[in-house]
Amino acid sequence: METIIREGSPKTPYVRLDSEKGLIEIKGRSIPENSVEFYKPLIDWLDKYGSSPLDNTNVNVQLEYFNTSSSKCILDIFKKLELLYKKGSKIHINWYYEEDDEDMFEAGEDYQSIINIPFTMIELEE
Amino acid sequence: MGFDIEKWYTQKMQGEVLLRYMGEISSEKITEALGEIELSLNLKNEKNKVRKKVYNVFVESIQNLFHHVDIPPATAKVQNIPRFGVIILARDRSFYRISTGNFVQVDRVQVLRDRIDQVNSLSDEELRTVYRDILGNEGPSLKGGGGLGILDIVRKTGNKLEYAMYPHDDHFVFFAMDVYIS
Repeated sequence: METIIREGSPKTPYVRLDSEKGLIEIKGRSIPENSVEFYKPLIDWLDKYGSSPLDNTNVNVQLEYFNTSSSKCILDIFKKLELLYKKGSKIHINWYYEEDDEDMFEAGEDYQSIINIPFTMIELEE
Repeated sequence: MGFDIEKWYTQKMQGEVLLRYMGEISSEKITEALGEIELSLNLKNEKNKVRKKVYNVFVESIQNLFHHVDIPPATAKVQNIPRFGVIILARDRSFYRISTGNFVQVDRVQVLRDRIDQVNSLSDEELRTVYRDILGNEGPSLKGGGGLGILDIVRKTGNKLEYAMYPHDDHFVFFAMDVYIS
């Protein structure tokens, strides 16, 4: 299955969805007005990946900013991963946040309160 | 007569204005405005934490306009364009202030007022709970914001939303909102 790589733009994040390595990465900023349009192909990719996932899937989320419109779509990604996790796949989610960015730390906690996969919270020094 | 938008706009120019815009809130304009404030915020050598918060709240505020504004009334002395709105970012003493303004149809006023009053009445803990409930339980709204925009603004700023509804004519009011970031 194809690897999806999207370079970052002023409103959308860098994305790498790599089925060979079992790697999912979202980095940068996610503030599009129409986030569903941006995330739909990524959710579709996860659906396909879910039919034959690797034993271990590593997920790195390192966002600088995201808008509330994206927050729903990011949750949809986590929900797809949660399904795999429940089926016995090993899913490792790393949630990165900058040292003094309480908002991004709390956003990670928000997702953890909804999704039943343990997150590793990783603080980045400025 | 109607609402005097120019007078209101002038009154909102207190402090050091970093960005002001009156016109169509299009996707392109939003990108442009974000680029502009990013430069000015960087120039101010603001702490990373404050810079990010101002940027984040600005994004929610301008996209709130993008998703929800009504077409202005023909009687208003503004461009007759579908997504007409006003946004101002200013540094006002120790605060950053984001002021927004747009015309709203009279029949939507009560819903808007109730919504803001309800969000303003919540404690920090309640804000978190309500935010998580909406995030986890409701599908994205057709307008894309998912109903989280103003909750997110109040949660991030820790300040209540200040707003005013100025009568324009029998069908429209002008809705003005101030968000303060300390």
